[in-house]
Amino acid sequence: MPDMDGRLHHTEESMGTVFSFDIRGVRNEPAVRAALRAAVSWLHRVDEVFSTFRPESEIARLGRGELALADCAPKVREVLELCAEAERESGGWFTVRYAGGLDPTGLVKGWAVEQAVRMLAESGAGAVCLNGGGDVQLLGGPWRVGIADPLRPGELATVVEAEGPLGVATSGPAERGCHILDPRTGEPPADALASLTVVTPQGLTWADGRATAAYAMGAARARAWLEALPGTEAFAVTAAGERWMTSGFHRHTAEVTA
Amino acid sequence: MKRRHPFRRIMVGVAATATGVVLLLALKQPGGSSVAGATARGDAGVLPAASAPAASAQASAPASAPGRASGSDAAGTAAGSGGAGARTVVGDAVDTQYGPVQVRITVSGGRITAAEAVKAPDSDAQSQSVTANAVPRLNQSAVAAQNARIDTVSGASYTSEGYRNSLQSALDKAGV
Repeated sequence: MPDMDGRLHHTEESMGTVFSFDIRGVRNEPAVRAALRAAVSWLHRVDEVFSTFRPESEIARLGRGELALADCAPKVREVLELCAEAERESGGWFTVRYAGGLDPTGLVKGWAVEQAVRMLAESGAGAVCLNGGGDVQLLGGPWRVGIADPLRPGELATVVEAEGPLGVATSGPAERGCHILDPRTGEPPADALASLTVVTPQGLTWADGRATAAYAMGAARARAWLEALPGTEAFAVTAAGERWMTSGFHRHTAEVTA
Repeated sequence: MKRRHPFRRIMVGVAATATGVVLLLALKQPGGSSVAGATARGDAGVLPAASAPAASAQASAPASAPGRASGSDAAGTAAGSGGAGARTVVGDAVDTQYGPVQVRITVSGGRITAAEAVKAPDSDAQSQSVTANAVPRLNQSAVAAQNARIDTVSGASYTSEGYRNSLQSALDKAGV
């Protein structure tokens, strides 16, 4: 049941992580509930098709050459095109073709979350916050997103405020070790950041892809690249605990009343 | 040629942070309630996990500024400055075991846009590093003091296992 403010909460385990739904402004509850069920099935479907951990997923079979792109779900082509765009934009720092396989995980979760939020929006939900394992797509608001401090578990490094669509993606080794590699060396980035958060109103697909690419670049290159990207801001914590942000990031941070 | 003392620089950074916290706690909100008041509400609220950063930010002020009798009686001095809507606020000097530290911040559009150490134990080589750390740290402190309510947490991708110990899990359980 939505509470008196018309809010619905739901958590769902999929893709090896947990998705947290926070939906506000629920007026037509049956419609929003139906959209929530559809969004949940969608996430599981994305996992079936795109999981690189499932040998029988379409993406795994496509990567091994056992399946033609034409025989895959249409969404596979869509995601690979997005990946190709991310690769072009980042000058090859984002790549799906590392070590011979086919791995779109650098943006597929962000894309899945963004699509799920779209489904909820179409059902008439006034405001949606969907967090997929630490990457967040917002709609409506106002929302306050704490950015985890990678060096002090349980504490926050900063808070992003949003009213309207915003994708917030964070990359870093704090939870699962260094799983983003420098595509040129196959090793973790030389000057790896403790965490890198990318925000963009263009949505979580791009926030996720850019956070992945920029993390692979290492600190110095990432900062210059993100600063130059239009409509995109970033906040980083270095391995030494220092912080930096792109010049427009402060527009997304919580107001200080002074 | 000055030798650099990494540990001392760190301590200055910590002292600057403490100053910022003290200073920010003294800033008044439009309604008359202080930022410290907002923290107190957070501590008493329904989000114990989310209010933890606020508590630790406050605790760090007296801990790292032992020369100070009380963290809550600092009076920031507001002064008009150039930009439209921008103003600078100078905190009280805080005595640390390394000497007095004083921070000046510029607030524009409700956000801290600049911070500089106007007084630091070794004001040449170290002030740059203090300043470099001060803006985000001050923002962080301000945020910690105010963020009793966050809706969600973004961080490095957690596994289903990692989720169980996460701040996000606590928020989901709280269901607010």
